[in-house]
Amino acid sequence: MSERSDIVIIGAGPAGMACAIEAAGKGLSAVVLDENPAPGGQIYRSVESVGQKRLDILGPDYAKGKALVSAFRETAGIDYRPCSTVWNIGSDRRVEFSQGGRSFGILAGSVVVATGALERPSPVPGWTLPGVTTVGALQILLKGSGVVYDDAVLVGAGPLLWLLAAQLVDAKTPPKAIVETTPPRHVLGLLPQLFGSLAAPGYLRKGLSMMRKVRRAGIPHHSGATNIRIEGDSQATAVRFESRGRSHHIASSTIALHQGVVPNQQITRLLQCDHFWDDSQKCFRPLLDERRQTSIQRVFVAGDGAGIEGAASAEMQGRLVGLLIAAEAGHVENERIDSLQSQLKREASVRPFLEKLYAPSSEVLSPADETIVCRCEEVSAGAIRKAVDDGAPGPNQVKSFLRTGMGPCQGRVCGLAVASVISQRTGKPPEDVDYYRIRPPLKPLQLSELAAYDGASPDKAVG
Amino acid sequence: MTGPTESASPDLLIIGGGIHGCAAAFFAAKRGMSVTVLEKDSVARHASGVNAGGVRRLGRDFAEVPISVRSMEIWHEIGSLLDDETGFQIAPQIKVAENEAELAKLSERAEALEMQGFRHEVLLDRAQLRELLPAVADHAVGGLACLDDGFAQPFWATTAFRRKAEKLGARFIEHVAAERIEQDGTGWLVTTASGIIRASKLLVCAGAWSGALAAQLGEDAPVRGIAPLMIVTARLPHFCDAVVGAAGRPLSFKQMPNGTVVIGGGRRGIADPARNRSEILFSQLNLTAETAISLFPIMAEATIIRSWSGIEGCMPDEIPVIGPSKRHEGIFYAFGFSAHGFQLGPAVGETMSELIATGATQTDLTAFAIDRFENHRRSQGGQQ
Repeated sequence: MSERSDIVIIGAGPAGMACAIEAAGKGLSAVVLDENPAPGGQIYRSVESVGQKRLDILGPDYAKGKALVSAFRETAGIDYRPCSTVWNIGSDRRVEFSQGGRSFGILAGSVVVATGALERPSPVPGWTLPGVTTVGALQILLKGSGVVYDDAVLVGAGPLLWLLAAQLVDAKTPPKAIVETTPPRHVLGLLPQLFGSLAAPGYLRKGLSMMRKVRRAGIPHHSGATNIRIEGDSQATAVRFESRGRSHHIASSTIALHQGVVPNQQITRLLQCDHFWDDSQKCFRPLLDERRQTSIQRVFVAGDGAGIEGAASAEMQGRLVGLLIAAEAGHVENERIDSLQSQLKREASVRPFLEKLYAPSSEVLSPADETIVCRCEEVSAGAIRKAVDDGAPGPNQVKSFLRTGMGPCQGRVCGLAVASVISQRTGKPPEDVDYYRIRPPLKPLQLSELAAYDGASPDKAVG
Repeated sequence: MTGPTESASPDLLIIGGGIHGCAAAFFAAKRGMSVTVLEKDSVARHASGVNAGGVRRLGRDFAEVPISVRSMEIWHEIGSLLDDETGFQIAPQIKVAENEAELAKLSERAEALEMQGFRHEVLLDRAQLRELLPAVADHAVGGLACLDDGFAQPFWATTAFRRKAEKLGARFIEHVAAERIEQDGTGWLVTTASGIIRASKLLVCAGAWSGALAAQLGEDAPVRGIAPLMIVTARLPHFCDAVVGAAGRPLSFKQMPNGTVVIGGGRRGIADPARNRSEILFSQLNLTAETAISLFPIMAEATIIRSWSGIEGCMPDEIPVIGPSKRHEGIFYAFGFSAHGFQLGPAVGETMSELIATGATQTDLTAFAIDRFENHRRSQGGQQ
């Protein structure tokens, strides 16, 4: 017999924690499955355990997570299961996951996907070399273990580039340079969006102060970078690019790429929820109704997995979903629901400005022919274009021809890049080009673990 | 090159762009017929794109053996026949016996087949088995093998038939479903959402979706959708050259040239042909995983990185419907291959094109008649 729970929440970031707090607070049984050993997600990673020094480096927005994590820990009735990797969800909402080398299944009344965002793939020449990482990965190292590299060059676009640079300045290991693909003085053209975002002035203030800090630290900054190429034979040794009509070469063994973050679609795609293409965010998003329910009944999305809106919104969305599910069980709190919804609208007002300002560079949306797009199977953009010319209309046919997305990352890294190359080649919008059909298991699963799995939750079955 | 490419009323309209439809289109176009293939999704979307790719004569139902043997001849020449990549390569197909009783049964089968004049299945003793499968578990006692069977890439192979058929003038219409079939004088009218196609002859090879089309024509073909499950592991060091099954339990197992191991056989997920969807049931796959590990202990270390299933058409007696309609002139069928139709594709395509173009074929199709279930049901009804 499988275990059952009113709600199974996947992910213990701000959205997942807040959802669990609200639902369990109303007496619903809530299981929270999370891959990490402690709650917080990417944004509040290790927030319970870091010392004051690292808290100062990471800043007040990070430290805010402490209160949420404590509330999560203290709410009675939350069945929190860290180090749990969800690898499948069936149409009966049986959530299958691996914990401690064994697999379990829980039947969920409602599934809340709170798996957040992934960094957008940045396929540029040389991005597969050792020493090339992502800005997000560097920040995880800083949050999780305080590890920093003293010669990191941050390359790309997006607020995270500036946030990490500012944190590295505070950590006394400033980056060697910031190479932005965002054009210089881009901001002037964005005044209309800027006015629209004045309802959320906190973001702009924070952004400007990060930039000031980085500039004051004297870190070289290049904007409008194009023709980015990472050099090295067996290890990255330098990044080369053009900016303002000049060619640049910066030696470094640590190149961190970033082109913003995009929703992690693995679970909503696995469940075959309807998705739409958001041209402003340049990514697919699951289609949600006003209750944040997907096109699949009783499957909800809270947080950046539904579209990038940031940590504050993620927490509010989590609360909202928790309250809405509790309301169905008779615990109606219309006032809080209404107030969360209007707060969410205010938070969202800054997005059009940020999305325009930090639009991904056209080079990563349309990599050069020789650039590897699918790292696992080493498939180049040119090979994908050729497969399209040979009659493959979408990612799934390209996958059948070339094995793109069939490696250990299961398409997580290359999915958007492949869809974008195909979209440009066919001249069809990404929505019509579609996306990989996501095949379970969502994370690699030991064959011996599967052999020992019978669909039930052994601990409960024994008892 | 014959046959107009944009013919509004082709000689032959094929419903279903799987390997059978594409192979039939190729052979019919080669005979000079004008051919249109109508596919409701995209070519090789279902069974033909997602099966395990085994090119196997081993262990076939006796009724299928002659077609399978003929198909193997075509497979061995497929590269030059289609001038394209199909991923076909020769590899032994081996059914492993895990005890003496299983081995005795395999031996009986090989003898029975030999009595009918077929010598492609050979019995392996303990030592011969280990020579072909060095990584096999200690308890395995022998096996039955077809040494020059093989495997291919199903999507590539199906697409290769399609491309060659197109070169010969066949026309493929994708994302358009056949909605209504009606007789029109001596020919047929097929209504679709994007217009009506008139054809003198019609071949239905629409897999799990064929039953509804046959029913429109007043023929009862109890084909149902099934979703055989397959899993594939991360790359492992090379340890196996053969495609392996087990005599006593369901298994299909092979290591691909890139080192990944594809494991399937027997276990099924949920097929939902009406919505074009299938679902993996991991609670069913545990026995497949267990079987793979017990036959190849090295597999205990393997990690699964992907699973898949596609919708295939299955008949109650697990052999296909192949042949002419019993009710209408100009209607033909090839469907319901019950999860082992991929290898048969080339010969079925050849046979159907011969039958459709000339009205006759040398191949004995008696066992595959579409009315075999009507007769069966009638006799059952009589007994009640």
